[in-house]
Amino acid sequence: MSLFELPYFAKTSKAAPLAVFRIFFGLMMLISIIRFWSYGWINKLYIEPTFFFSYYGLEWVQPLGSYTYILFIICGLAAIGVAIGFKYRVSTITFFLSFTYIELMDKTTYLNHYYFISLLSFLMIFLPADGYFSWDARKHSKPMIPRWSIDAIKLLLGIVYFYAGLAKLNSDWLVKAMPLKIWLPGRYDVPVLGNFLHQEWVIYAFSWGGALYDLSIPFLLLWKRTRTFAFASVVIFHVLTRVLFPIGMFPYIMIVSALIFFDAKLHEKILSAISKILKWRPVEASLENIKSPKWKLNLLSAFFIIQLFMPWRHLAYPGELFWTEEGFRFSWRVMLIEKAGYANFKIVDHTNNEKFYIDNTDFLTSFQEKQMATQPDFILEYAHYLRDHFAHQGKEVSVYVESYVALNGRRSQPYIDPTVDLAKCNESFRYKNWILPFTDEIKGI
Amino acid sequence: MKQLRVLQAAITMGLLMFVISCSEDDAGNAGDNFDRGAMLANWADNIIVPGYETYVSDLDDLKTAITSFTSSPSSNTLEGARAAWYDANVAWQHVAMFEIGKAEELTLINFTNIYPTNTSDMIQTIESGNYDLTSVNRQDEQGFPAIEYLLYSVENTDQAIIDLYLQETATKPYATYLNDLVTRLESLAQSVLEDWQNGYRETFVNNDGSDATASVNKLTNDYIFYYEKHLRAGKVGIPAGVFSSDKQASKAEGLYSGRSKELFLEGLAAMQDFFNGKSPISDLAVEGEGLKTYLDFVNSISQGEDIATLINAQFVVVREQVESLSDNFSTQVESDNGLMLQTYDELQKNVPYLKVDMLQALNIRVDFVDADGD
Repeated sequence: MSLFELPYFAKTSKAAPLAVFRIFFGLMMLISIIRFWSYGWINKLYIEPTFFFSYYGLEWVQPLGSYTYILFIICGLAAIGVAIGFKYRVSTITFFLSFTYIELMDKTTYLNHYYFISLLSFLMIFLPADGYFSWDARKHSKPMIPRWSIDAIKLLLGIVYFYAGLAKLNSDWLVKAMPLKIWLPGRYDVPVLGNFLHQEWVIYAFSWGGALYDLSIPFLLLWKRTRTFAFASVVIFHVLTRVLFPIGMFPYIMIVSALIFFDAKLHEKILSAISKILKWRPVEASLENIKSPKWKLNLLSAFFIIQLFMPWRHLAYPGELFWTEEGFRFSWRVMLIEKAGYANFKIVDHTNNEKFYIDNTDFLTSFQEKQMATQPDFILEYAHYLRDHFAHQGKEVSVYVESYVALNGRRSQPYIDPTVDLAKCNESFRYKNWILPFTDEIKGI
Repeated sequence: MKQLRVLQAAITMGLLMFVISCSEDDAGNAGDNFDRGAMLANWADNIIVPGYETYVSDLDDLKTAITSFTSSPSSNTLEGARAAWYDANVAWQHVAMFEIGKAEELTLINFTNIYPTNTSDMIQTIESGNYDLTSVNRQDEQGFPAIEYLLYSVENTDQAIIDLYLQETATKPYATYLNDLVTRLESLAQSVLEDWQNGYRETFVNNDGSDATASVNKLTNDYIFYYEKHLRAGKVGIPAGVFSSDKQASKAEGLYSGRSKELFLEGLAAMQDFFNGKSPISDLAVEGEGLKTYLDFVNSISQGEDIATLINAQFVVVREQVESLSDNFSTQVESDNGLMLQTYDELQKNVPYLKVDMLQALNIRVDFVDADGD
């Protein structure tokens, strides 16, 4: 008997929670796109810069000049398609591809929650979220779906929270309350709360509370008796993070997503409210037998196995993860480190033995420079960009960097070996032996 | 149903918290919190505005001295003009770093102290008799370095200089040009001072938030920018050839008067005083609210490194290093550039302290974009 013949995979549940999730997800994404556009970030982040930092192997993903706006329009239209369930498969695939493409254009803007959106939209391609209360199924709404399709979303949310909690189990977060000791006093201008954010007990309450919240919330949401309490904590926690940190739409997305844990009754209420507003009600079809194709279950199993192992890949690298950041991204390590850096590039021109320094603002935006100065893969990519830039001028150059990084309130220390010619180093997934060792120790996961 | 009601309560509470927290209402400061408003007020009232007041009044003296020199050129009035030029330049060194508000709008620094002066272009401009000093193309033909050239080196000897101004003609309107330069400096400085006195001071002090555009963040970034670009690179690094293949002795500040070292030391002292919140007008206020007290405050929370002490110590090292240089940095570059490069290295050491350690400790942002501090 194969795994997928277990009785669990034959179980069904009401389709309303998934339909509500689809609607809210689509709307949230639409708002995110509009918000991003309205701040002028498309121009500022994807059109103005002269150079973009690529993910290794994905250098071909570049912004499209002024056509980048069209990419955002496509992404926004796809989000509408997802919300109303219009040509759902095409809409989800389009959304997944356009959103992911946008995120891959410049890794300067990497955020864990963008990665989460990409994963979620990929998952949604394979979920029957279009069968109920949607345009596609307006004449034959199917009120039942396989139970696993709702659980898949819960599982992904659970992974995000739980891994984010595990990542907080380190000495900087728990013992030193870093980086919150830097961030929270900096938010003194938040009314009322701002007057307490510099007090030690408040900062420790935030750091321990945050870790406890992340680790326990998936389970508290799963268990019926704690669910309402858990949801209230979700709302409070995420509103607080929204107020205190510049993390955009993420808190709202998480609050709305957590609704999936509730019973169908709640979702049916939401849908009937929407029905009333729209004065529209889909025609329900009779119950059909619900089958899940095996290829789909295989594919999603592989997806989740990757998700479970991905955050552990840093174990394959020597050195302190927070320092080298090798295996840091795509691992739900959220709000863990405060890094500030300074990278001064020296060019040695072998054609005439000239030496000179680079003014980073000639090539990078201030946001790019900030991200570059603290992350080795950025530093290397930028060094190669400089090498190629001067090669175009007919110069053959070596590129050295004198750099300092301060991590979580420690004093700055040299970051990259200043004697290594970065023009000759290659990018790879192997560990970068030109990162100078971290002189302190951070204990934990 | 009970579930729903609790849910509603939770969402309402969340929204309420959000609305409260996002409201513009200023809640004031709790007793033991650091008072950024007080720091901004100290900066504005005890350092910046008095700095501009001194600067404007010194420019006024310079104007008088230049007028009396050009109306009756003699070695006496020439010496008077040179002394007044130096005093005004010293006052300038104490406000040059405040490129914010009106000064930023006017790009004050670019019209006040761009060196080296493009002397051949300037001579052409003067003798053409037709010029617009507000043009960006004329930035390297005006300001202190241009006046310095016209008072010290436009001719080979003092007597020849005096003679030049005695023989003012329509095709050689040197006296007119010199007066125009001072008038321009004064009117620029005046408009910056007036802006501070007529409302900008309140705008500046009240903008005490933590956004990238708030006063603390903005002026601190300006301060570091000035340290890197002007004190470190302009005054020392560029003439010493740090950014080029060869040393460039002719790019030193104070090239014609030979007073580079004095000007540098004034600039350095001004930067350290600002760091310590020390007012130039009062000897009593050894240390006021400023970056140092702010660092001490955040340090008392984080128990981290004593960054303020490191930065102050490095300022002292730089000063001691500079004492060994000759008065004219141009001469120093030619005779022993090694000492200039050592000075640069000591100046450079404070860059990561200011830019990395201090900015991190004070949680100063560079930009408004979503970021989760990954």
